[in-house]
Amino acid sequence: MPFGKTKYWQYYAFIAPAVLYYVIFHYFPMYGVQIAFRDYMVTKGIWGSPWVGLDHLVRFFHSFRFWNLIGNTLSINVYQLALFPVSIIVALSFNELRDSIYKRFVQTVTYAPHFISVVVMSGMILAFLHPSTGVVNKIIQWFGLEPIAFISAAPWFKTIFVLSGEWQQLGWGAIIYLAALAGVDPQLHESAKIDGATRLQRIFYINIPTILPTIIILLILNFGNFMAIGFEKVLLLQNPLNLESSEVIQTYVYKSGLLQSQFSFSAAVGLFNSVINMILLVLFNFLSRRVSSTSLW
Amino acid sequence: MKETASERGFVALNHLFVALMLIVVLYPLIYIVSASISDPAFVKTGQMWLWPMGLTMEGYELVLKNADIWLGYRNTIFYTLAGTAINLIVTLPCAYALSRPFIKGRGIVMAMIVFTMLFNGGLIPTFLLVKSLGMVNTVWAMLLPSAAAAWNIIVSRTFFQMNVPRELEEAAEMDGCSPIRIFIRIVVPLSMPIIAVMGLFYGVSHWNQFFNALIYLSDHQLFPLQLFLREILVESQMNSTMDSGSILEAAEQARIAEIIKYAVMIVSMLPLLIAYPFLQRFFLKGVMIGSLKG
Repeated sequence: MPFGKTKYWQYYAFIAPAVLYYVIFHYFPMYGVQIAFRDYMVTKGIWGSPWVGLDHLVRFFHSFRFWNLIGNTLSINVYQLALFPVSIIVALSFNELRDSIYKRFVQTVTYAPHFISVVVMSGMILAFLHPSTGVVNKIIQWFGLEPIAFISAAPWFKTIFVLSGEWQQLGWGAIIYLAALAGVDPQLHESAKIDGATRLQRIFYINIPTILPTIIILLILNFGNFMAIGFEKVLLLQNPLNLESSEVIQTYVYKSGLLQSQFSFSAAVGLFNSVINMILLVLFNFLSRRVSSTSLW
Repeated sequence: MKETASERGFVALNHLFVALMLIVVLYPLIYIVSASISDPAFVKTGQMWLWPMGLTMEGYELVLKNADIWLGYRNTIFYTLAGTAINLIVTLPCAYALSRPFIKGRGIVMAMIVFTMLFNGGLIPTFLLVKSLGMVNTVWAMLLPSAAAAWNIIVSRTFFQMNVPRELEEAAEMDGCSPIRIFIRIVVPLSMPIIAVMGLFYGVSHWNQFFNALIYLSDHQLFPLQLFLREILVESQMNSTMDSGSILEAAEQARIAEIIKYAVMIVSMLPLLIAYPFLQRFFLKGVMIGSLKG
């Protein structure tokens, strides 16, 4: 082993800043999450505030918002999950393109929206869907239909949220599958061709099985984030008129915690959310290991 | 081999699908560019729907006259440069050390880092911590709470494992090089691709950072571009969408916002738009290395 003698400690100096960062900004908040079981008072601090046990959680379960929040959080996620195959289809389709310049152009264009910030994206959505000046409503009117007040109509919120996210990610999400597809042995395709397999058959019997482990891994990760939503965009697109279908657990935590200073209560709600996430991730990882022997760990 | 009719049909359908995908992605982008240099009157009525009409630079002129935009731009450039520098200093040496198999305790450190991807204390405890550290309303709130990202450490570690062989290190050690010298003189020059990838990933996340600024900053002088963008793009539009009985000043603000909104989108994305085609391969590389360790 090298550095058996003197300078070995320097390696720990390399690790130290990161460890310090994780201890302070990640593990300390995990310890501080105990305010969820206390009645946090600014004057007494985290450690001096009295214990109240599960009071905050019980209050959350009984609040009139509870089922609405759970419902919105879950339905947005189910909606997103239903579009999970889009990136797979995009990757399989791009993979069939033979002209490499065109292929690269298509990839460059479809990856670009990934880099648009959530604020600009929300601005685009609001501009395009504006009831009187937005281009989407102009198109709707060309077809002779009535303009729709998308942003102030609660029923539209989830569709807008999920489809705009898909627009941003459909190309980027395909990269990882394309990388896996690049690893397919060309000889497999050659011999399948000789045996008379059509392109579609080769996609089904060669390409899809190759990327299946990648698909499963991403699906597990997706489930693990089941209760986590890109809530910054939710927050930006929220208004009193669509609140009924746009309030999700994380925006609720933000509002009740940071805007209304109910620190303990919202920490409890946030903890509830993180715990469910972790349970789902562990559960799906376990199931996947049993069923397909592919897993995160 | 001759392709059958159904094969050709499949290829044609695939081309159609790809073309559709291109239109769906490109149309909004082209629309923004066109709208940003068109007369707002044509944009509002929908006469301008693809190519610019009534060419004008009024939007850009107003953006450039807007003091907030300049302030936000300056702040964002600072946060991006300083934040990315901190990210790299925390991420790369740590990832390198963790990639060396002879480091005792590296498994524990890895587990500690990976666990933060599964579970976190949540928004409120993190906020209270940052507050009690006295970072609220200082630049540190924009730099330190996001000093590293677990995923990026893992990706860099994978890169070092694959690209910096032990033998190289041992040879340097024979010559009396300390680990710090080895890292700076040998590892860093060998690892430019991953440094570029990490710099870009972190850089983009700082450039687009919005939520930390929202919760930690209330002093206008510290606002990054994204917070000013929020005022222009989201809040003013939300008001006009909601048709709240606006007073004159708000109406005037809304009018200006209407003119500048597309220009401001372009201006805010300008550095990325210019750099993106050249840097794309680095981004891809980052995703690829990440997928190896999936």
